[in-house]
Amino acid sequence: MSIIVEANRLKAYYMTRSYGVERTVQAVDNISLQVQAGEVFGIAGESGCGKSTLLKVLLGGFRPPLKVIEGSVKYRFDNVETDALIINDASRRDLSWNKISYVPQGSMHVLNPVRRIQDIFHDFISAHRPMRKQDSIEMTQNYLRDLGLAENVLTAYPHQLSGGMRQRVTIALATILSPKLIFADEPTTALDVVVQRGVIQLLKEIQQKEGSTVVLITHDMGVHANLANRIAVLYAGKIVEEADTRTILQNPRHPYTQYLIKSLPRLDERTERVSIPGRPPALDNPPSGCRFHPRCPLAMDKCRTIDPEIMNIRPGHRVACHLVTEETSHATT
Amino acid sequence: MQQPNATLLHAEDLTKIFNIQQGFSSKKFHAVDKATFSLDANQPEIFTIAGESGSGKTTLARMILGMERLTSGVLRYKDRNVAELSGSEKRSWFFKEVQPVFQDPFATFSPLKRIDHYLYETVYNYKITNKAGADDYINGVLNEVGLSLVEIKGRYPNELSGGQAQRVSIARALITRPSLIVADEPVSMLDASLRMSIVNMFRKLKDDHGVNILYITHDLATAYYTADRIAIMLRGWIVEMGPVERVLGEPLHPYTRLLKQSIPAADPDKMWTENVSLTAIESEGQHRGGCKFAGRCPAVMDICRKKEPPLILHQERLVKCFLYE
Repeated sequence: MSIIVEANRLKAYYMTRSYGVERTVQAVDNISLQVQAGEVFGIAGESGCGKSTLLKVLLGGFRPPLKVIEGSVKYRFDNVETDALIINDASRRDLSWNKISYVPQGSMHVLNPVRRIQDIFHDFISAHRPMRKQDSIEMTQNYLRDLGLAENVLTAYPHQLSGGMRQRVTIALATILSPKLIFADEPTTALDVVVQRGVIQLLKEIQQKEGSTVVLITHDMGVHANLANRIAVLYAGKIVEEADTRTILQNPRHPYTQYLIKSLPRLDERTERVSIPGRPPALDNPPSGCRFHPRCPLAMDKCRTIDPEIMNIRPGHRVACHLVTEETSHATT
Repeated sequence: MQQPNATLLHAEDLTKIFNIQQGFSSKKFHAVDKATFSLDANQPEIFTIAGESGSGKTTLARMILGMERLTSGVLRYKDRNVAELSGSEKRSWFFKEVQPVFQDPFATFSPLKRIDHYLYETVYNYKITNKAGADDYINGVLNEVGLSLVEIKGRYPNELSGGQAQRVSIARALITRPSLIVADEPVSMLDASLRMSIVNMFRKLKDDHGVNILYITHDLATAYYTADRIAIMLRGWIVEMGPVERVLGEPLHPYTRLLKQSIPAADPDKMWTENVSLTAIESEGQHRGGCKFAGRCPAVMDICRKKEPPLILHQERLVKCFLYE
């Protein structure tokens, strides 16, 4: 397995200045991650923890006030390494949609309301691969048929389609040029459960058929359980735990992940569920030390002052917690 | 359905039809179609109305709150017809008894007003206490939801977290000591970690203060966790209603089954194996006269496309499906 995206000690802050008051929001703080080719990499976390900001930086498509302070993002396609943060516009145009594609948040609202679906597809395809309209329509028809979507959507306008269908059309649009890497930001949020299931199916199918890599952002652990191979849990701009899906859901080590999993209601038991005390911190003034310490029931003195490094506790399982690190080092010595 | 001696709320054939005007044509849209249920006064419970978006659950809630006029049907509260109450009776009695909690706590409160203002205003409007006793009274109510007056006095809504603002919203509803709280998607704007604290609070309010709660949600998992009884809505119909363990434990109606199966479980051992099919164009599957689920139903029969299914009592619950006739 080869690495397709790699972020190294990435720090991205929102820096604003109004009336002489400077404000820095540390939305992504010291994140390192590696996404393997062909996997579905899930990023989980509550709202305001920096999920979408991380995705923007990984995509390289960000504007001020968001600034990358430190670190690097590298793509590796066919053994050619590209630095996502310094490439020029022309090479970015080559990469985007052909190799890297993006399903934005609320993507059912991105379709042009005054153009038919087939025209939207034609505009999109011909911008990257010049071809006649007839050919692009044929290509779209074949692709939609492969995905099991109804072909009669091609002549419809976006408002004639249901929200779930629009979402699936957008996903088809984002993947028709067979990109190797797909970033999906909350692709199923705001959909009804039955429709959500259809969208998850579609993403899974595309990923398996094309062998592409998906970076999936959602706060819904149920969606992660059904799609992701590995999950990184974000809290206040940092990765607190990263492991394969089964470990995160069944045997998490970081106190925050444990709380998060424990608080999920289930449909097969009605035992008392506890929620995490307190609230997520504001990122313009994060707590010192470990950012979870004000809410952590196991906080020690060390947690208040020293920020824990993310450590491998076993191959493929990284945790950023003093307690877990200590336990592991005791166990090995 | 049981006929208790004292009913708190009895809704019979509640119907709301909206006229949708498009150019010169006007269409009738049945947002809520003959909803019938009742709540028992002696035994407080959490009654959930669940369904997808557009199923009419919010319209039903607004009708119960008196915010939406009934097209037909009768709504009786404590054996009085709500439609026949005069304006002053509504203000002095009905609105005191039935209080709302809305979905988005930041849309509930004006961002330009201090949040405690709403609490004081409610106290004075309903003449609960005089000015001298107001502070103590409000502090008492806030304590019930896990806050105190010192924490929120003089604060604007944006200074509170979503969970705190929703607690204030619930505290405001509790001020009049209502017998029924209608909560419309109270946790859908909150994060997973805060969600359970609100849901747990509803259970506590029911147990400690005997408040009935009409919990409206699309989230079946929290519904299963909190509710005593549940009604599943589909395009204005109540398709299945009964005790929550029965309805969500072993759903009978094909639609409830589909809903239950479609909830993604946060468990790697419970991944979906089969695929669902979805309708493409919105107008599809709206069969006139027949069952509204006929277009998507895996167990569809000929009769489903022609006749509206009746409500049938089967295994401790009401099901609107020909399968159980």
